[in-house]
Amino acid sequence: MGYSLDFGWLAGAVGAIARGAATTVLLIAVTTLAGTFLSILGAAGKRNGPKPLRLAIATYVEVMRNTPFLVQLFFIFFGLPSLGIRLDPILAAMLAMTLNMAAYTIEIVGAGLDAVPRGQTEAALALGLRSRQVFIKIVLPQALKVIYPALTSQIVIMMLESAVVSQIAVRELTYEADMLQARTFRAFETYLVVTMVYLGLSMGLRRLLVGGGRRVLGAGVS
Amino acid sequence: MIEFTFWDILRNLLLAARWTVLLSLAAFVGGALVGLVVLFFRISRNKWIKRIASGYIALFQGTPLLMQLFLMFFGLPMLGLRIEPWTAAALGLTFFASAYLAEIWRSGVDALPRGQWDAGASLGLHYLQELRLIILPQAFAITRAPTVGFLVQLIKSTALTSIIGFEELVRTSNAINNATFEPFTVYGLVALIFFVMCFPLTQYARRLERAAAH
Repeated sequence: MGYSLDFGWLAGAVGAIARGAATTVLLIAVTTLAGTFLSILGAAGKRNGPKPLRLAIATYVEVMRNTPFLVQLFFIFFGLPSLGIRLDPILAAMLAMTLNMAAYTIEIVGAGLDAVPRGQTEAALALGLRSRQVFIKIVLPQALKVIYPALTSQIVIMMLESAVVSQIAVRELTYEADMLQARTFRAFETYLVVTMVYLGLSMGLRRLLVGGGRRVLGAGVS
Repeated sequence: MIEFTFWDILRNLLLAARWTVLLSLAAFVGGALVGLVVLFFRISRNKWIKRIASGYIALFQGTPLLMQLFLMFFGLPMLGLRIEPWTAAALGLTFFASAYLAEIWRSGVDALPRGQWDAGASLGLHYLQELRLIILPQAFAITRAPTVGFLVQLIKSTALTSIIGFEELVRTSNAINNATFEPFTVYGLVALIFFVMCFPLTQYARRLERAAAH
């Protein structure tokens, strides 16, 4: 044996870890908002859009769900510049995360839309609401309430998966861990601490989302 | 500089894909075996054993797979084990898979009516016999769709082992990309190869799901 754990470096590393964690939180916050918005459009388009649009959305969902996030990230960051689209690492990361998450949440939101009884739409139309109003004011809130737990899980999964964007040098939590372990030569301890930070983040995020969901969507959200 | 034609790129990627397939299989089989043990713990009647299993599952589902792989890669040598990327990758994915599979199967066990246990007990079966003959076969049968779905997730997750230096599809593609400067083609092909591996399984899982709904 003869190896002993050493956490002496930790005091000087708190700042870097906190900065990294803040970037991770920023990434997932942007992804959550953009991804949810995109998936509402996608789910609505998949149900009511013209046939080519429906086919395009279905293809998009299948492609994203059946390829690794890491490859999607590399494709966007390294591949798009050859088409003349050059993105900052952090923008590329946000784009890849949003596109990836939307592929999963389109299905989730879609399931929610299907779960709202038809009578709700008919009643709203009968009251003289326009169809867009019906969607935004009547159908969507009910659908979101149904799917909220699934959406929460997907957001947490995406947060954990965001560790991968360190590979294109986005300075988030894992990137900071890589830098720290290169400086301290304490790889195991560094990754152990950062893993615990991730665990805290995922538990905190879940709590925040469940609590926030109760407040916004009303009781009955778990 | 060496010239790569399109076919050279494709051939090298397909050769590397063998390792992706092999790693996925190893992790799935290993994960199923360890997952079975975790499942036994998770459905145990002892509160503490149950709690340990819940903690294990929560730990693996609440932290990034990349961190788990790093901890394997850097942690096991401290226990005096010589470790190569392949071992770290296979072990890391095995534990990762075990937590998810145990949780999937646990949901199957929970879904069975209480009467199944009672009927087994009234036939004079003891706990292990009940599990083996009555509970587990049914639990596996009703969770076949999510199990296949997880296999897809596992195949995609093998991409992360490229980061700890295992020479699978993605790591090879990085090397090829560095030599050819054709990221669009290279990563496009990698995505295509993953798609060809995963899509049939996704469809299969969907069919199982539909069959289960009827």
